[in-house]
Amino acid sequence: MSPTQFERAAEATPPILAKKIRGLSDRAIAWIFVAPTIFLLLAINIFPLIWTIRLSFTNFRVNRPNAEVQFVGLDNYRRILSDADIWLTMQTTAHFLIWTIVLQVLIGFSLAYLINKKFRGNDLWTTIIVFPMMLSPAVVGNFWTFLYQPQIGLFNYVVGFLTHTDPSSFSMIGDVNLAPWAIVIVDTWMWTPFVMLICLAGLRSIPGSIYEAAECDRASKWRQFWTITLPMVLPFLMLAVLFRGIENFKMFDLVVQLTGGGPGSITELTSINLKREAFEKWRTGYSSAYAVILFVTVFGLASIYVKALNKVKER
Amino acid sequence: MSSFIHGLMRFRRGAWEMLASILIALGVVMMMQPLALSLFSYSFVVTLVGTVMFIITSHFPE
Repeated sequence: MSPTQFERAAEATPPILAKKIRGLSDRAIAWIFVAPTIFLLLAINIFPLIWTIRLSFTNFRVNRPNAEVQFVGLDNYRRILSDADIWLTMQTTAHFLIWTIVLQVLIGFSLAYLINKKFRGNDLWTTIIVFPMMLSPAVVGNFWTFLYQPQIGLFNYVVGFLTHTDPSSFSMIGDVNLAPWAIVIVDTWMWTPFVMLICLAGLRSIPGSIYEAAECDRASKWRQFWTITLPMVLPFLMLAVLFRGIENFKMFDLVVQLTGGGPGSITELTSINLKREAFEKWRTGYSSAYAVILFVTVFGLASIYVKALNKVKER
Repeated sequence: MSSFIHGLMRFRRGAWEMLASILIALGVVMMMQPLALSLFSYSFVVTLVGTVMFIITSHFPE
């Protein structure tokens, strides 16, 4: 009988090492395997976080490494939380968040409801719909920039064709009124399939027997939708809303590629504003406090998200 | 509502987590609302209290 994989590994282990390992408990061996990951996690995630919190209480500027670093207490936090420009940036983020979530949930749920029906080519349509979320945000930002071109862009051409206006008479990413909607449209196009998939999972988890019972009770389709479908998909919808909310709160790459925060600062989301404070104005202490504020907000939202996720799992 | 208050009084996880979630959500709304700068100024404190409360109360008994 040929030796097993474990026996071959045991034979290949040098005797000195084998002697050392033989004396270790299962728990110790488990720690040896887990230790590199824990070390990397501490080095890449935890240490920078603690360092950022420490820097947020100082006036440190990374472009002046020789300048004396002073402890300023909560001054950075006080300045950020009384800054009208940052408040405006938060409102821009809120506009982006609310509209993307509303559109993605409405369109995503509608698509899931349609896809859930059995029809020919169902799988093919699902694949086509899911395609945008497989692309890189940088790629999506780049090609939508071309689609939004006033002279040659397909988007402008279609809108011009439908509204009987000159396609070159408006610029989606150059107009202060249209630019916020330009990023909403692209994000909706890209991430609606994700919401659709979550809703589809929710719809497919509803047992058919409930609908059969409702049919027996002569409940109309409309009533079935409001009393069966919607309440049972609601936890999944909540999950999608929270997930997209957290992700869009941190949105950076797509908007940088599309508008770069412009025109002016009309599409400057918090993440872009933070990057400007940290790497253009070099206010490291100040931007660290800004980052801590955003971190606590996202962490809080993520806590609710995990709670919602556990509720869905319990079902 | 009475079960929620009862849960708070008896330090039950569900009720306290709910309260913490409400505080976090309130903090986020205060941070992004366009009405008053003073609400924005206190938003971080509210979110921070909610988040810390959530971490603590998630260890409470069911």
